[in-house]
Parts: sequence; structure tokens; C-alpha cells
Amino acid sequence: MNAFTICRKELNSYFRSPIAYGVMFFFALIAGYFFSLATASFVRQSLQSAMMGQAQPMDVNEWVVRNLLSNISVIGLFMCPMITMRLFAEEKRTGTIELLVTSPLNNWEIIGGKFLAALILYACMLGISLLNLLTLYFYGKPEWKAMLIGYLGLLLQGGCMLALGTFVSSCTRNQIVAVVATFAVLLLLWVISWLGQLDSTPTMRVVSYFSILDHLDSFTKGVLDAKDSFYFLSMIFLGLFLTGRSMESIRWRA
Amino acid sequence: MIKVEGLTKRYARNVAVDHISFEVDKGQIVGFLGPNGAGKTTTMRILTCFMPPTDGSAEVAGYDVLDNPMEVKKRIGYLPESPPVYPDMEVIEYLDFVARIKGIVASAIPRRIDEVMEKCAIADVRNREIGKLSKGYRQRVGLAQAILHNPDVLVLDEPTSGLDPHQILETRELIKGLSGDHTIILSTHILPEVEAMCERVIIIAKGKLVATDTVTNLTSRLHGAQMVAVEVAPRNPAGVDASTFLSTVQRKLEQVSGVSRVLHKESAIKDAGDDRVRFTIESLQGREIRPELARAVIESGWDLSELRSVGMSLEEIFLQLTAEHPSEHPVSTESAPAEPVPAEASKSGEA
Repeated sequence: MNAFTICRKELNSYFRSPIAYGVMFFFALIAGYFFSLATASFVRQSLQSAMMGQAQPMDVNEWVVRNLLSNISVIGLFMCPMITMRLFAEEKRTGTIELLVTSPLNNWEIIGGKFLAALILYACMLGISLLNLLTLYFYGKPEWKAMLIGYLGLLLQGGCMLALGTFVSSCTRNQIVAVVATFAVLLLLWVISWLGQLDSTPTMRVVSYFSILDHLDSFTKGVLDAKDSFYFLSMIFLGLFLTGRSMESIRWRA
Repeated sequence: MIKVEGLTKRYARNVAVDHISFEVDKGQIVGFLGPNGAGKTTTMRILTCFMPPTDGSAEVAGYDVLDNPMEVKKRIGYLPESPPVYPDMEVIEYLDFVARIKGIVASAIPRRIDEVMEKCAIADVRNREIGKLSKGYRQRVGLAQAILHNPDVLVLDEPTSGLDPHQILETRELIKGLSGDHTIILSTHILPEVEAMCERVIIIAKGKLVATDTVTNLTSRLHGAQMVAVEVAPRNPAGVDASTFLSTVQRKLEQVSGVSRVLHKESAIKDAGDDRVRFTIESLQGREIRPELARAVIESGWDLSELRSVGMSLEEIFLQLTAEHPSEHPVSTESAPAEPVPAEASKSGEA
């Protein structure tokens, strides 16, 4: 209950400041751009293959939906730090964190509420990009289940990035530091998968397992993979757990 | 209502609060007095369960801050040094949020908010954004936040800092008005504030308890010792070196019988053709030194421009008690009216 009070307060403040609108505007713009590119190349490719006399029709899901989903996940990489930067950093800077901590709330209600608000904002952004895909139904029959699973994957991946961003925000009182550090962490987790491509020794495979990028693959294909879901959920848990530790740290720091 | 015993807070390198013990009874309004960095805020943060003590214990309304933080938090209202308000919220929206996280029953919230807005005189700005309010209003919104859930104990950290004189008066009146229903601890480094509002005063410096007593007792501790302001001018200003004159006069005044010490000296601006020097002098217990001072000045061939008695305010007591190097300000003599170990503080051992 308290968590929802916190969540509502965070959402109110997101939608009162220009952050939410700015982030959503650029997200919609770029997502729309990627969608047009994907459909345009799909149309060209399918025309070409029709002229070459190939009997097999091309798969919209494979060409457009999947393409768009992986592109959106890249935009998310840039957007998530901006969503989470203020969550704790601002409360620490203005001193309102003292109000929250000295109120009869436990840390999980505070963290959970804030994380939920960030996740809802991210879901709104994903919802906007979903509008692009819905236009496909005017022209074809993309498989809705695969699309849904793809979006679930994006939401899980977003949750994972937001949880880490929440943690970083709880470590500083400066929003700029929060946004830059979050981006650095996420980018590192992103490109770490390249190690796995370089070399397939067990160590490299373990390291590249931590990449947020690879785990989305199965979802974009429309496959609900327990292993990848588990990865995202455990990263969310890790991020929030670290945030809790960081809040506790005022016990031994000033 | 509040019971603090051997409270200690150590950070990595320094000790912010060092074995502080005190008690506050129900309904009392207590001033927590000390220079900046004395450990006032740290103590308050421990009381409000913002941070735990390194050592010692603190109890609020019968609940320990370590064992039962939730119960303590329900019974305490806290106004940190800068009011914890969200600038982008409207006043009423903010109070509604606070009421919810403080655990007030939803159906009782609107009425309670109205009551509190009435009490803190912020009803007229209920729909204004907090960030656009004046500092005085923002402070009152902060105060409204602290009393919203009708806590037994109110902890106010420098409630009047940064306000203009008019707002300070208003805020003081407001806090005084609250003292009936709540036990209040307020911190400040401004002495008149304590004199104006508090029944008792707890003085800390450098993390240690220096004194705890009623305001009247503290003031009367120096009853008997008299403070006198003296202004002396050379009869023949030409050819007098200002600094030698100052020290000559000081030496002379120190020799007058009954004088405990010369507290403060000041030489006037030479360029203004003003050669007067001023001193503040403290007498020994129960001695009237003004006639003797006057005689000494006249007999030395100087002009006596001013001679008046000044009361020993809490300010001076405070300076004496919290002086960094007590040896530089020898506090009186045998009778020791302001010895840094008062009766009540002595139970905490070395104060």
C-alpha cells in the first residue's frame, strides 16, 4: 500500500516535469524511424524476392517485428538512465530522503514504489512503439503471440536496466553523475557479449552470460525462454537488493 | 518521553556525538543549543531513526530507536534543517502524500490536513506549488508535515534558520503554540530563540554535553557577577599611540580591585580622530566595581566617556561554556558560577 503511494508520487513527478514527455517524445520519434526503415526494407526485399520468383512468402515477424524489437532495446539503453537518474539522487540532494526514511515505511516499500514508477514509465514508452506495430495489421497478419513475448522481453530487459539505474542513483546526490554512471554500467553489460563472440572458452562464455543484450534474443524470436527470464529477473532483484544495501549505508556513513 | 543514555556516534575519523545523556519529560519544550558542528543534527537524526547510534541508547515514548524503529517513527515528527518538501508539488498534494506515508487512515486525512493547515497558517496557499512559495511559507509547510500525524514528540532542526525577523517571530509563536500537545526538541545556535521559547536548554559542544538546565537557572548561575562596559578616552589625544594606550588602560583596569577579568577590548578608529577605547569587564561575585573603575580612570588622567552595567546574557554563558580553549577565558574565580560541569550534567561523567 505504501509502495503504491510512493509509486504514485513518483509518477506524478515524472509527468509534471518535462522528463517524461521529453523521453517519450524522442523514444516515439526514434522508434517510428526504425519502424519505417524496417518496413521499407521489408517491402523492398519482398518485392525483390517476388520478382525472383521465390515461392516462399517472407515472414513479417522475422523481418519487421524482430528488427524493431532489438532496435528498441538499444533506444532503451539510452533512455533508462534518464528515467532512473532522479529517483534517489534528487531526494538526497533536496533532503526529502530524510522525510521518507524517518516515516514509518520500510526500505522495500520506498525502493519498490520508485522502481515500479520507473517501470510504468518505461512500459508507457514501449506502448507507444507498439502503436507502430499495430499498423502492420492493416496489411498483414503478424503473429501477435510472438509480438507479445517480444514486448515482455523488452519489459524485463528494461526492468533490469532500470533496477541497475535505481541502484546507481541511490549512490549519489548528483543526477548528472547518476545518468553518466548508469549509462556506463549498462553499456558495459551490453558490449560484454562481444567477448563471447571473440572466443568461446568457458570463462568467456560465463562473462558474456552477463550481457543484457543476448538474453533478449529468444524473446524477439517469440520464444519464452526460462533461462533468459531467470537472468532478467535475477538482475532486477540484484539491482534492487543493492539499492537496499545502499540505503542502509547511511548507517555507517554520514 | 525522550531518554538518551551514553549516546555516541562515530564516523570513520571523527566522533560526532560523544556519550550524551539527557531526558526530556512529556510536554516539555527543550532547546538544543550548540555551535555549528556540535553534533545537534546527528543527535536528532539518531532520535528520528534516520541513523543508528554507534553506542548508547535512545528511547522515544518508551520505544528504543534500534529495537523498535517503526514504533518510534510513528510517534515522532521531524523537521530537518531544510524542510523536506517536493518543490513540484502543491501544498495540499504534499500534505496528502505525507499523511499517507505516515499511516493516517485515509478517511481521516482531509480533515486532518485542514486542521494542520489552519494551525500553520498555510491554508491560503493550499493550491500553490511549494517551489514557488516564500521561505517562510515553505518552513511552515515543513512544520505542518511534522505535526500532521499528531506525534508525541516533535524534533525541529533549526526551525528558524534562514527566515527574516518577521517570519522568525511567527514561527516561534507557532512552535510555542504547539508545546502543549507535543514534547518538542528544537536545535538552534541562536540564543534568544532558546530564551524566547524553551523551558529547558541542553548545551552541547564538540559532541559533548556541556550543560543541561532550565533557562532561568542557567541565567542566574552568573547572578552576582556583573558585566560593565567602559569607554575611556585620553585627555590629550595628540601624541598618544592607540595600541599603547589600549594596553595601558587595560593593565590599569585589571588592577582595580573586584575586577575578575577584561573580556573584550576594542580600540576606536584612529582616522576618525577618535581615540576612545572600549572594554567589557566582568566583576567578581557580588562586587560593585563601577565606582572603583571610575575612580581609577579619572585618577590616571583619562576621560571616562561611558560606564554602564550590561547584563550577562545567555549568549555570554554560552560562549563561556562552549569556548574552544577555556584557558583563554578563565571563568571567574573560586566561586565558579559557570564551571563547565553543572550538577545535572555530572551524571554523564566527564562533561
